[in-house]
Amino acid sequence: MSLLEVNYLDVRFALRRGEVQALRDVCFSLDRGERLGIVGESGAGKSVAAFSLLNLISKPGYIAGGSIRFDGQELTGLSDRALRRIRGHRISMIFQDPMMTLNPVLTIGEQMIECLKAHRRIARREARAIALRKLEQVQIPSPEARLDQYPHELSGGMRQRVIIAIALLLDPDIIVADEPTTALDVTIQAEIMALLLELCEKHNVGLILITHDLGVVSQVTQRMLVMYAGRVIEQGPTREIINDPQHPYTQGLMNALPQMATPGERLNQIPGSMPSLDNLPSGCAFHPRCAFTRHPDGSERPSCRCQVPEFVASGNCQVACHMVAEMIERERIPAEETTR
Amino acid sequence: MNTTTSSIEGPPTASRWERFRDSYLLYSFKRDLIAQISLLVFVLMVVAAVLAPWLAPMNPYDLAQIDILASELPPFWISGSEDAYVLGTDAQGRDMLSTILYGARVSLIIGFGAVALQAILGVSFGLLAGYLGGRIDAFLMRLADIQLSFSTLMVAIVVGALVKAIFGGATFSAYAVPLLVLIIGLAEWPQYARTVRASVLAEKNKEYVDAARTMGLSSRRIMFRHILPNTLSPIFVISTVQVANAIISEAALSFLGLGMPETHPSLGSLIKSGFDYLQSGSWWITLMPGAVLVLLVLVINLLGDWLRDVLNPRLYKG
Repeated sequence: MSLLEVNYLDVRFALRRGEVQALRDVCFSLDRGERLGIVGESGAGKSVAAFSLLNLISKPGYIAGGSIRFDGQELTGLSDRALRRIRGHRISMIFQDPMMTLNPVLTIGEQMIECLKAHRRIARREARAIALRKLEQVQIPSPEARLDQYPHELSGGMRQRVIIAIALLLDPDIIVADEPTTALDVTIQAEIMALLLELCEKHNVGLILITHDLGVVSQVTQRMLVMYAGRVIEQGPTREIINDPQHPYTQGLMNALPQMATPGERLNQIPGSMPSLDNLPSGCAFHPRCAFTRHPDGSERPSCRCQVPEFVASGNCQVACHMVAEMIERERIPAEETTR
Repeated sequence: MNTTTSSIEGPPTASRWERFRDSYLLYSFKRDLIAQISLLVFVLMVVAAVLAPWLAPMNPYDLAQIDILASELPPFWISGSEDAYVLGTDAQGRDMLSTILYGARVSLIIGFGAVALQAILGVSFGLLAGYLGGRIDAFLMRLADIQLSFSTLMVAIVVGALVKAIFGGATFSAYAVPLLVLIIGLAEWPQYARTVRASVLAEKNKEYVDAARTMGLSSRRIMFRHILPNTLSPIFVISTVQVANAIISEAALSFLGLGMPETHPSLGSLIKSGFDYLQSGSWWITLMPGAVLVLLVLVINLLGDWLRDVLNPRLYKG
């Protein structure tokens, strides 16, 4: 059994104009020490998925259904007290903007000691020693001095290192990193990503990496999910998805990478934009933008418009697409006929 | 506080004193003459009040020292004064300087005590209302509205009258200081609660609060250790105004005869005790403590103005 298993997660936001389903039928799992990437456009539900893992979605959002099993324990419906024991301790989080996630009026050391004290009965001096050790691990220059500095005295890259140190503070099993490098400049991005990867490997920590950056996902993660409009549409080993994307949306994402464009011409893009969650198209949410809603003979495939696609296995990957399902079906039947 | 301006190139470990020395707070204080004079006067008055038993020429509470024959003596610059009584004496022959020192002491104790009570109540309620929201917020804020709709004087009159009626005037006199602290403290807590709630509402949506939650911190820890320090600047600023207000409230209550008894006078009851003699020419009995009261409230307000300018994040953000 995997360390973390998410099954049919259903997260909704009760808004004044009605309920909006931010996540539907999201399933994934993570083994100990495994690294999973979650990619998708803004608003696809990546961050909501990360927040709901620790039941941290704030009102009016709530988990309406599904299960999150972590180390054999069901997390949905767990009391706040019991969840607090897992937050920061077994599963910790890294946020996008290191300028915002540190408390501006507390010193770095104060914030780290605070976190340790919330989980362990520990003397101040001992907590400080642990904090110092973690700061050394994230390779901050002069870690001793940083403990007594305030966040505004550190640069963006250093702050993100501090945040990584805080995430590692209690030796968690999983780190959820929500676009950890988006707010940093490019040279620092690579450094921070390399550091995160190295530390996860060294301490056998699982990583859920949420990002727009397909390049980072392909370098860092072993498996990946592609999300669209609150739903997982393709998942499998990162290498296979990157090399041979099955879902038209994933193909579109890959084609949109600048290096895929012919030099001198416009970059490729997926026409249209993601639908808003309170007004999803019927059937496959991607069908209005999809180039494959017709059969190869040119006739319309009605299921794209009317029916929500189920996952089908394609190689080691799972894809939710009528077109892919049809292709697999077509390949399977002749194969069965010849064996007969 | 977000008032330190030390740069990244600066020495990496700065002690608290060094941080204070480099702070914007000190920098602006050094450049503000009014703030310096106000602080000086305020500190002098507080020290004089605290040291009243040692500084005052006589103990006005000690009936044995009071000479009724020396009543209504004028201050030293008017003929007919006696050298022993620099600021003259009141109708009972008490030395004005001594009574003012002792009175200022009572006024300051009540002022600071009441503000401490207001702050404890108001900050806790404001934090709870702002952070937890929902029904608790609605309940506490309606409570604040109700509290604000009664004026301090009215609450004081009702409570004072009740205590006097039930326990008798002697008990009231004995417990006048804690009672006044309670009355003024209870009457004004919504000022704090509203200000704190407003800043908590702004702070709680910031990402560091989310981060603190993902660290597994409890709501109480997040409220008091993470959000409260970020709302301290407005708390400081209203505290100065509230101390001045509390001193004035106490003086007003005492003037109306609902505050400190004349045997144990505050500045307010001194003003009142001289009021009857104002027409007969003994103006100093009222005017001397009155001037002290005005000066005290004025310097506190001036300090508050300066603090508001320094801590206002719109004018300065560090």
